[in-house]
Amino acid sequence: MTEAITAILPERIALLGNPNCGKTALFNLLTGSRQKVANYAGVTVERKEGTLHTAEGRHVTVLDLPGAYSLNALSGDEAVTREVITGQRDTLPELLVCVADATNLRLHLRLVLEARALGLPMVVVLNKMDRVKKLGLTIDRAALERELGVPVVGAVSVQAHGARELQAFLDRPLAPHRPPTWKNATAETVRATQYEAHRIFKLAVQEPAVDADPSAKIDRAIMHPVWGFVILAIVLFATFMAVFSLGDVLNGYIEDAFGWLAGLVETHMADGLLRGLLVEGIIGGIGGVIVFLPQILILFLFILALEDSGYLPRAAFLLDQPMSKAGLSGRSFIPLLSSFACAIPGIMATRTISDPRDRLATILIAPLMACSARIPVYTLIIAALFPGEPLAAALTMVGLYALGVVCAMAVAWVMKRGHRSRSTLLMELPSYQWPDLRSLAIGLWERAMIFLRRVGTIILALTIVMWALYTIPSPRAQTGASELENSLAGEIGHALQHVFAPIGFNAHISIALVPGMAAREVVVSALGTAYAMEGDEDQVGAQLEARIATGWSTATKLSLLIWMVFAPQCLSTFIIVRRETNSWKQMWLMGGYLFALAYLASLITYHMASWLTA
Amino acid sequence: MSAPLHGPAMAGLRAEPRDTLPLDQLPARQWAIVHDVPMPHAGLGRAVAIRLMELGFVPGERVCIVRQGPGQGGPLAVRVGHTTFALRRHEAAYIQVMPARA
Repeated sequence: MTEAITAILPERIALLGNPNCGKTALFNLLTGSRQKVANYAGVTVERKEGTLHTAEGRHVTVLDLPGAYSLNALSGDEAVTREVITGQRDTLPELLVCVADATNLRLHLRLVLEARALGLPMVVVLNKMDRVKKLGLTIDRAALERELGVPVVGAVSVQAHGARELQAFLDRPLAPHRPPTWKNATAETVRATQYEAHRIFKLAVQEPAVDADPSAKIDRAIMHPVWGFVILAIVLFATFMAVFSLGDVLNGYIEDAFGWLAGLVETHMADGLLRGLLVEGIIGGIGGVIVFLPQILILFLFILALEDSGYLPRAAFLLDQPMSKAGLSGRSFIPLLSSFACAIPGIMATRTISDPRDRLATILIAPLMACSARIPVYTLIIAALFPGEPLAAALTMVGLYALGVVCAMAVAWVMKRGHRSRSTLLMELPSYQWPDLRSLAIGLWERAMIFLRRVGTIILALTIVMWALYTIPSPRAQTGASELENSLAGEIGHALQHVFAPIGFNAHISIALVPGMAAREVVVSALGTAYAMEGDEDQVGAQLEARIATGWSTATKLSLLIWMVFAPQCLSTFIIVRRETNSWKQMWLMGGYLFALAYLASLITYHMASWLTA
Repeated sequence: MSAPLHGPAMAGLRAEPRDTLPLDQLPARQWAIVHDVPMPHAGLGRAVAIRLMELGFVPGERVCIVRQGPGQGGPLAVRVGHTTFALRRHEAAYIQVMPARA
């Protein structure tokens, strides 16, 4: 080696690590809010990039690679990770930061060795160093550096200054390197690497005589064949209780704020077209949707915290056998649970299911989980159906959620009939840990921004269009008819009646379903606009419930509720299904079966209810 | 842990093959030593076998079924090294183990 090495400081680094090594928490600690989330070209793997400041204040770009047990990829995520660090995709990082859980080096050292073999400049980060002492482990870092032949730094990704050592390391010049080389593993090389990892582990790590990790004790209750299910039921019940009770309180504040805003505009503006647009269109429409932000965030808070703590894989373990009855595996549990917040992240989470048929079945039933966008519609109609009867309202809500789940399982069973493949589970049950608050906050912030961006763009635009359709008179306007009947919206609603009248939907509902295709929540704001236009102009939002309570028959309300359980709605879901399955056929299959199911179920509900209430 | 720890982990390498059984047939909470992970020639089986070895199921390693999932034929929670993995029974069957003598 020559001495004349020009000092090159790293400017693009990539974080590599096993799942559950605390890599994402470290990424969040390093980059804070300076993150950009996108997709890798051509695949549906999330690409997370951010900027960090080194100890000397230089800016360095960090790429957070998808977690991988190995470069011998089993999943699409792992394949992307390998492609990036072998230079087949994206820009090759100048420094590979290999993150390992210091409390589980026995498993994580193997990936370090595999990465080292590539030949890129590398640093190993021993994460979760705070837990090392707690568990009674001793790690000889000098021995690790010597045996691995790469620098090793410690980190605590859940503490404010937990990445100091790494930040200081990034101001050191890089060693020269050769282009990375990678070869497919054989049984022999895998075994040899594993034994080498064990050799180094034994040299560098001293374990206590007694395992101090409480996970095994906790699992005795959590994974108990009876108590485990009781705990799971309590956890899910608490989650949805929080969504509805706590969410309801917070929604009230937002509703009040929008009501106050509408009042303010009305008192300070002269009556006219612009005031109508502001009050009925924008404030009424947007307000009707934004009130549900707290509920969405509370649900995501629970899902993120449960996932981070290590509970969700246990729940998947418990549910593996019941779900196998429907032809699925426990792996489908987490994607389906996420679908209660929104089908899109849920469908994206199916990538962790390695069996293609299982994955397809999970994707196609994900829209049957009652997503948060359905909450506004359910809440509105149930409130109108059972005014002043909170128990009946709550039971109906539970029933709607359960109906979706039961039908999803039935659909999965039908789809997998005759294709009873042996699905794989092969899933780590990581040690329990307290959720990292910073990562929770960043996760929630991302969800809130996605929702608000939707509100600010698609939903705002649709709200204005809907208002315009209700305001602009139809060219075939007739004297004697109401303003609404003469509007363009009235015309469209009238045409749609041919399809929807048999299931009890009036013109307002029919037309509200059209923008509902772009975003389900808009059904509420579209109805809000329609009824606000129809008469009492000063009444928006809260009054909608009262109008529906008296204006619609019980059969119509029930029919619309059932419709919302099944109907294929929200174009984003269609788009994500097309992208994830890479098939138009599967997308239309999903749309078709859901539409048929929705129409049939609503038809039966409407006629049964009409007959019973007649 | 109820089962006492026995001898050096590498002892399993010199085991008699006739004492081995697939991991899914090992009684729960009994420690055993991985004897072999026979490698299917191709296909998904091969990928799964490689992955099992990468996760730590290599000859000589101590394993234990710490918990059986609910129901008949439910999944197994298997302890290997410092990690617990959930495996379906057909996945566990790739791993040939030799029960540790009590």
